[in-house]
Amino acid sequence: MNLRNLIAQKGYKDNPRRLIEDVIHLVFLLLGLVAVGSVLVITIYLVISGLPAIFKIGPAEFLFGTRWASTASEPEFGILPFILTSVYGTAGAIVIGVPIGFFASVFLAKMAPRKVREIMELCIGVLAGIPSVVYGLVGMTILVPGIRILFGVPDGATLLAAIIVLAVMILPSVINVSLTALQAVPREYEEASLALGATSTETYFRVTVPAAKSGIFTAIVLGIGRAIGEAMAIMMVAGNVANMPSIFKSVRFLTTAVASEMSYSSGLQREALFSIALVLFFFIMIINAILNVLKSGRREG
Amino acid sequence: MKKLTMIMLVAVLSMAAVFASGAKESTATVSTDGSTSMEAVILSLAEQYMNDNPGVNITYNPTGSGTGITAALEGRCDIGLSSRALKDSEVSSGLTQTIVALDGICIIVNKDNPVADLSIEQIAGLFDGTVKNWSEVGGADAPVVAIGREAGSGTRDGFESITGTEDVCVYSQELTSTGAVITAVSQNPGAIGYASLASNLDSVKPLTVEGVSASEETVKSGEYKIQRPFVFATLTDTPLSDAAQAFFDYAVSADAASIIAGAGAVPVAE
Repeated sequence: MNLRNLIAQKGYKDNPRRLIEDVIHLVFLLLGLVAVGSVLVITIYLVISGLPAIFKIGPAEFLFGTRWASTASEPEFGILPFILTSVYGTAGAIVIGVPIGFFASVFLAKMAPRKVREIMELCIGVLAGIPSVVYGLVGMTILVPGIRILFGVPDGATLLAAIIVLAVMILPSVINVSLTALQAVPREYEEASLALGATSTETYFRVTVPAAKSGIFTAIVLGIGRAIGEAMAIMMVAGNVANMPSIFKSVRFLTTAVASEMSYSSGLQREALFSIALVLFFFIMIINAILNVLKSGRREG
Repeated sequence: MKKLTMIMLVAVLSMAAVFASGAKESTATVSTDGSTSMEAVILSLAEQYMNDNPGVNITYNPTGSGTGITAALEGRCDIGLSSRALKDSEVSSGLTQTIVALDGICIIVNKDNPVADLSIEQIAGLFDGTVKNWSEVGGADAPVVAIGREAGSGTRDGFESITGTEDVCVYSQELTSTGAVITAVSQNPGAIGYASLASNLDSVKPLTVEGVSASEETVKSGEYKIQRPFVFATLTDTPLSDAAQAFFDYAVSADAASIIAGAGAVPVAE
């Protein structure tokens, strides 16, 4: 197809606005492709650079090995401690953060006086905007010494410190998403329940919350995604030693394992770090898949 | 679509032209290969030297001291970089070592810690987990909290090789910068850590090692024990290329001293 034919065929000469329209469409298409392209490039790059090391080390040895000593004279690359730490740390953050976030959102959606609600929503907005390095800094200077003194352990940089920091960090996303879900419940449901003689608390927890169920699950899954992907804040409070996880031990997450050694790494060590990133990416893909299932489930319901 | 392809092609070509014109043909290349601990020193030297001498390109391949020495011996690089003194066997196989700088590592504890002096054996014990309580080395009854750097760090490699604790250190925290180590030590009364001599140690207490405090002078005189040399390894019988010799002369000259000091090491040239 040559240019002159194209112009004639599309009728650009008679209608220059159509040309502008088509050009703008093209620009938007290209901009949209930037996002798609980034995902593709990242996925392909991670797989290409992450897979070889897994097979060099041996998949079982890599995933289930319990010792990570990447620069030892006889290096060992077992990432089970990192996987378990990420799982435990995220689970801990969910156990602490979700009840707080859930009840806070019920309170905000249904019970809070307007003034209180406005102030609290403002605070949650600020909490969501605080950069993770600030969480880390505050955790490092207040939480870590606090845990050391409170629990009488030699060092406060532990899994517990990381869990507490993560629990606070996931609060805004848990609260905001569940709040939206609770507010979207039709008023008639509650009125029907109240008319049948239920108290307002009974109504909120027996009617409103079940109706907003899938939105609240989405909030929890978003919280999991946020917690498992966080690196900076926990790098500053978790101590970063490749121990098997235990609540008062210094631990290293999947994210911090990549971040802490990347700058000086070389050879197989560097390749193994990419493999860790691939494993982390895999976890996040699973969480995204769950999120999509939940969302489509909500649309049908 | 054809038009778009043309535009893209032109854009790519013009970009290529820009980058190509940026890469001036360099007349000479000096290749260095070896110690990752020497990265800061060698890169700042190379940056300054390439600024002053346009047309010379200095490359650095961070492979580790052993690999760098082998590369120099086999002629795969001009200058091999080693963060330990060459062994007799390496010298007799045809290499000459030139000490460019010294690397001193401070041992730091919390300001509230009464301990002021330790021997190298005691330090090794505190880090490898055989000494678990400060009372065993004359301190208060408090658990020892060893704080170190991440695997691959030059400071960690230096500390562990000098104290003979490679791969056996039991750390409570592995942090990714000297500043983070200093902060962590300043907050925990039982903490012990290490930091390079050039860092700001106001918030912690640097220990004397076997009675000698760490300073540029005591490192240079060899009295302070926790130190190691940064060495250029070159072939004894084969002369360096002119460009490599010129860079070598610059690195060991007094002109380079401030650059070396700026990179955190102790220069040896007066």
